Amino acid sequence: MTLALPAGPAPAPRRQVFVGTALASVAGATLIGGMLAIWALMRERVVSRGERFPVDYIIPEVATNVMLITVCTLCLFAQWAVYSARRQDRAHTGLALGVVLIMGIAFVNSQAFVYVDMGMPLAETSYATMFYAITGTMVALVVAGLVYTVVAAFRSLGGRDREVEVISAHAMYWYFVAAAYAAVWFVVYVTK
Amino acid sequence: MTTIEQSGIDQTARPAVLGDGPVGSFVAAVADWATSTDHKKIGRLYAGFGLLGLVGIAVIGVLLGLERTDDSANILPGGSLLQLFQLHRVGLVFLVAIPLTLGVAIAVVPMQIGARSLAFARLALTGFYGWLGGAVLMIVSLGGNGGIDGGNAQMVDLFLAAHGLMILGVLASAGAVATTVLTSRAPGVTLRRVPFLTWSALVQALALIVAMPVMFGAIVYLFIDHRNAQLAFGGALGIGDWVGMFLSQPMTYVYALPAFGLLAEMLPVAFGKRHPLRQVVFAGIALVGVAALAGVTRQVTFPVDFGGESADIVPDLVVMAFFLGLPLLGALITLAIGAMVAKPGPEKIRPRITSPLLFGFLGVGMVIVGMLGTVLNAIVDLDLAGTVFDEGAAVYVAYGAALAMIGALLFWSPKLWGVQVPEKKVLPLALLGVLGTVLASLPHYIAGFTGQAAAAGTYEGDGSSTILNGLVLAGHGLMALTVLAVVGAIASSRGGDDPGLNPWCAHTLEWSLPSPAPAHNYAAMPTVRSAEPELDQTPSTEGSPS
Repeated sequence: MTLALPAGPAPAPRRQVFVGTALASVAGATLIGGMLAIWALMRERVVSRGERFPVDYIIPEVATNVMLITVCTLCLFAQWAVYSARRQDRAHTGLALGVVLIMGIAFVNSQAFVYVDMGMPLAETSYATMFYAITGTMVALVVAGLVYTVVAAFRSLGGRDREVEVISAHAMYWYFVAAAYAAVWFVVYVTK
Repeated sequence: MTTIEQSGIDQTARPAVLGDGPVGSFVAAVADWATSTDHKKIGRLYAGFGLLGLVGIAVIGVLLGLERTDDSANILPGGSLLQLFQLHRVGLVFLVAIPLTLGVAIAVVPMQIGARSLAFARLALTGFYGWLGGAVLMIVSLGGNGGIDGGNAQMVDLFLAAHGLMILGVLASAGAVATTVLTSRAPGVTLRRVPFLTWSALVQALALIVAMPVMFGAIVYLFIDHRNAQLAFGGALGIGDWVGMFLSQPMTYVYALPAFGLLAEMLPVAFGKRHPLRQVVFAGIALVGVAALAGVTRQVTFPVDFGGESADIVPDLVVMAFFLGLPLLGALITLAIGAMVAKPGPEKIRPRITSPLLFGFLGVGMVIVGMLGTVLNAIVDLDLAGTVFDEGAAVYVAYGAALAMIGALLFWSPKLWGVQVPEKKVLPLALLGVLGTVLASLPHYIAGFTGQAAAAGTYEGDGSSTILNGLVLAGHGLMALTVLAVVGAIASSRGGDDPGLNPWCAHTLEWSLPSPAPAHNYAAMPTVRSAEPELDQTPSTEGSPS
């Protein structure tokens, strides 16, 4: 018979939410990376035929540039939330998370503007389906970030402001979203 | 934040409104299983449906074998053949290999590392439902003339959406496994000391997290394009070009990774020794995970034309060696270094041949034969592309992984069900299973050289082809029989003798738990001082496994 093992001290918390968010960010990075790779492949096929990519549609680049600035600035506010949470400053944590929420919504709004301004029917060209697929996936990632922000805000405002880990993980997710959008912006909106 | 359930709450307690009758008990049991965050139950749900999927896929293999026993036969309705071939191929991955390996990982890994629960257990359970829902929808879509080159556009859309759902489910569960290993280890369980199965589960989970989103992204493109324009990706016919690499070698090696972990864990137990080169085995298992890069890079084929210019051969060889050679090297390292425990010492030790060891050893052997076949498949001069050769390799890998996971379920059955299946019942089943795998695969290797086309009911054949396809039919039948017999053996062993704490004289932490393991595993957090904590407790047992 095997003897029971001796009991030991409880393990130190090892940032489960942070690690889980990091893994989700890695998955998101390969998702966007894979989609951009397919985009580049399809673009090369079209351009090598001497055609324009996209055909007949003008991308409102000012809006897409503002979206990039928005999502990068949003990271600063997410980090401000971490700074405040570490100092147990609930008011500033809530304020920072609120600004993150508003900027995230502004990003989605700008993307909706891009869609409306381009007025590109979904079922018309291969470019259209690919454009809506990759930018729609990007919007889905931002919406997931907004849900994350709401959850983090509720936890913070609900009195669990000592748990900085969730706020830190939330900030890391937005860093990933900013990097992902920067790649999408360059490949889809700049190089076209 | 923590996802550990509140201890002290009776998970089987049910509301009084259900009553004490059989209906109430049944409803309570279903509700308990359907909502449980006990990782052992989630893992068993995955593994149970994986075994069900294995029987189903083997039956479909029998039907396809029946169709192919005659080169001009139309035993099955012609319209359904395309969908059945697809169901067989997709099923080997998504209905067999992934649920079985992921299920074993979810059920066993937290116990092995001294964790009280799975990280994000509710997410893992949601992932299970996502996978199950996607699997059902995938079968429905194929039944409705969907799938690759399907005739019903709505069912093709459903086929794609079902794959997306399955991927999301698998990712959620894989994320839970990886997070558990990285964050929930007991004091003293460093990453260098984690058991081999846990290490292989971690590598598999990380590989899935890296590779599967690429498949998901391709499916998003395909779904939106197919539903709207059908201009960019070749419509329904083009689906296979964009997602096929996730259902074929070398990506399938990732789905079989825990098989290597199981074998590496079984060998020291069989010889009753500590493993002398654990880190090298870790490296070998990680090398097999390199196969995930094939999925990430969407590398479909690795042809090498030995008849071409020598300047062209070298770059082709380098690519092939990277994607096909490194995983094979990792598998051989795992096997060879793992077997170093058999090196004779001052005392002569006779290994204890158990059914889990036999299932694990033979299963890994089958996976390696599949890997070797894939290397041959890459040589252009052999003219194997487009033949059933690749199907044979896929069956070798998937069935090999399934055999190893059956061994894992038998090994940990004391902790999962509180039973130990009598060896005389299951030892012969390992041989039956490997016979079924060889018969279901090897004839297709041979038929590949004769040029029998892949995924086709009719072919230019002769009498030998009929015999080969008949053997494949028999092989799938034997595999189904093996699974049913193992499930029957486990079920019939319930209510038998108490297996005790450590019936296998195993070395890892979970064997300090009662059998079956309680919902929250460890009442008090254990402290570990080596990779073989059970041997630390009973030093006198080292060297005398039996």
